[in-house]
Amino acid sequence: MIRVQQEDFDPAAEVERLVAGNRAIGGVVSFTGLVREMSDGRAIRAMTLEHYPGMTEKMLREIEAEANRRWPLEASLIVHRYGRLAAGDRIVLVVVASAHRQAAFEACAFLVDWLKTRAPFWKLEETDAGAEWVEARASDDAAAGRWLAADTKAAE
Amino acid sequence: MKILYFAWLKTKTGVGAEEVTPPESVTDVASLIAWLRTRSPGHGAALADLSVVRVAVNQEFARPTDPVRPGDEVALFPPMTGG
Repeated sequence: MIRVQQEDFDPAAEVERLVAGNRAIGGVVSFTGLVREMSDGRAIRAMTLEHYPGMTEKMLREIEAEANRRWPLEASLIVHRYGRLAAGDRIVLVVVASAHRQAAFEACAFLVDWLKTRAPFWKLEETDAGAEWVEARASDDAAAGRWLAADTKAAE
Repeated sequence: MKILYFAWLKTKTGVGAEEVTPPESVTDVASLIAWLRTRSPGHGAALADLSVVRVAVNQEFARPTDPVRPGDEVALFPPMTGG
């Protein structure tokens, strides 16, 4: 399940709702992303997340489907916010439930890594010096790429 | 053809979305971008360095050699920074 919304979410309530009634689930892993106060040594007052309505939902659905192909998951959820957020606010929630913990841990890390480089979101940070678009990090590409490297290794 | 610009590409071009009718010589992503560059100094600046521009055609990531047709929705944006 995926959701793109402006409103905040309650991680505990989302996890509870996702796993309710499914006794096949043995483990749930969740990741909550927050607006960090400091970015490269500059204090962030707020940020605005812009996205591409339509493509965002499509990409999140594709990424979720890919995780379900790679791991035996019982349930999964991605919630991503957009709009203006303050330091400390929640940005993204990824929840993955599976019969066993390893699939849940791995699939959660995979979803976070892939959505960072594939879902069309852009951050505009507000500092005392003004507003600036955040540049993509090479480390994010590397984190997303390690899942491709793992595929190549498995195919050998 | 509908062109969408996001993040700093929108700031530099000065438009978020525009309806365009490219000449017949525009058949793929690369030739479309070359033509869009000539629309205004802002477009030229936004599309000067293609190493920092990503393209989606009908909401799917596209390469320079991928075709574009009348009626397509083409989006131009910087590398993503969500999550």
